[in-house]
Amino acid sequence: MDTSPPEPRLSALYQELILDHYRRPRNKGALEGATHSVSLNNPLCGDEIDLQLRVADDVIRDVRFIGRGCSISQASASMMTQLLKDRTVSQALTLAARMSAMMQGDETAAKDKTLGDLRALAGVSKFPVRIKCALLPWNALTDAMKP
Amino acid sequence: MLDAARLRADFPLLERRENGRRLVYLDNAATTQKPEAVLRAIADYYRTTNANVHRGAYSLAIRATEAYEAARAKIAGFVNAWAPEGVVFTRGTTESINLVAGSYGRAHVGRGDTVVVTAMDHHSNVVPWQILCQEHGATLRMVEITEDGRVDLSDFGTALERRPKLVAFPYVSNALGTVNPAAQLAKLAHAAGAVVVVDGAQSTPHLKVDVQALDCDFYALSGHKMLGPMGSGALVAKPELLDAMPPYHGGGEMISRVFDDHSTYNKIPHKFEAGTPNVEAAVGLAAAIDYLETIGLDRIAEHERALAQAAIEQLTQIEGVTVYGPRGHRAGVVSFTYGDIHPHDIATILDQDGVCIRAGHHCAQPLMRRLNVAATARASFYLYNEPADVTALTGSLVKAGALFGYVPA
Repeated sequence: MDTSPPEPRLSALYQELILDHYRRPRNKGALEGATHSVSLNNPLCGDEIDLQLRVADDVIRDVRFIGRGCSISQASASMMTQLLKDRTVSQALTLAARMSAMMQGDETAAKDKTLGDLRALAGVSKFPVRIKCALLPWNALTDAMKP
Repeated sequence: MLDAARLRADFPLLERRENGRRLVYLDNAATTQKPEAVLRAIADYYRTTNANVHRGAYSLAIRATEAYEAARAKIAGFVNAWAPEGVVFTRGTTESINLVAGSYGRAHVGRGDTVVVTAMDHHSNVVPWQILCQEHGATLRMVEITEDGRVDLSDFGTALERRPKLVAFPYVSNALGTVNPAAQLAKLAHAAGAVVVVDGAQSTPHLKVDVQALDCDFYALSGHKMLGPMGSGALVAKPELLDAMPPYHGGGEMISRVFDDHSTYNKIPHKFEAGTPNVEAAVGLAAAIDYLETIGLDRIAEHERALAQAAIEQLTQIEGVTVYGPRGHRAGVVSFTYGDIHPHDIATILDQDGVCIRAGHHCAQPLMRRLNVAATARASFYLYNEPADVTALTGSLVKAGALFGYVPA
């Protein structure tokens, strides 16, 4: 049996913080009075998210999600909802762009404090097939904010 | 068991290392690797024989046609087809089933009729029938499965009371490895007056198949799951049924005479082979059949059963692992989950150790809903897998558990 320790890229991918968001997702469940909602899934692997937002005067007043899928997609959704509350739509879309840059391996994005807990997902950029998992909730956000 | 280490040497790709590790290829239900003999047959075809088939009057074209028709005869013999002209070359199982739905189905299934499939069918044996039923005002009836992943025979009987026009089911489930009692199901369906379509994608590579003994009407197979090239496959059918069916695709080769406003059609199987066929695929598939027959399908089946058995024994010793599917009557496919670790996370972690498994819904979403899971991890074996591959799988899985905080037993 192979008993060598998990390689560092894996330990970086599955950090405690990510597993914590996966197992104890924040802002999970339906949102009363949602003004925007978008359902997205990844047909290849079956990750699902239903993102619901209450937007008033161009500000995201509240946001919740319903979803199921891998640790990366669900942690990303949980972390995202933490960040979005009380942001303007334009601030939210800027965050989406920073998140996307971090997934492309942009190291300045990975150090950007505005991304909060999401920086723990920087390691996903080393696993190209998993980037779509991390970006699924963000794609739902940009879809929802389309005029 | 087979001398898998020796057979492995016949497969150039398996000598590669993945992520610095010995490649442990356990996604054979998705596609299989190709032996040198198949690669050589394809290259030789292009080096020595290539010309368009059933058209040229010159020797080269005649040799190409002979190679193509010899491949057809080889497939016919391999599954004991009713006749070589009952073997239609297709791109694989999916196209074969679409051919039956688009030709036999369109001609025979009408308003108020019923088509029966099972809840363990692959999407390729569900969606073509859904489309047909929607277009023709017919009803699709999905037969339930038992808790351990077999066709529910009592529900199958209830479905047959509707006197369906057509009954389709998989011989072997791609997601669970269940080997269905295909001959028994076909007999029951025939007694209810239905035509029987068997999805043979997962049975043809792994069991000795005899379509006449099964007594189905249509049998679909894929070459790439049995060491052959991608895009190779066949529909095996009772010739009298094929003969009476309307064409599927129109074009060259499938016609007899073309008038300004209508055409008459070629004999079977050519009536269903419009356009220049994939001769390379046919020749490659014939070489794959030669390779499989040299080893023997019964020995291959026994080898895979032993590997699957070992995998199930080792996996169930890991606390938190659930294995799906029946205890007996199964082929070399093992579907499992591990605690709350999502199968995609399992697949990523195993990949770092060079272990290739499939994670997802396995193109069987109705089945996943009934198992009450979004996805499973699936290891599937073939003749070149060794007991060491099973150990690599379980060893790597223990590591996945550790990353997610599961303590190894």
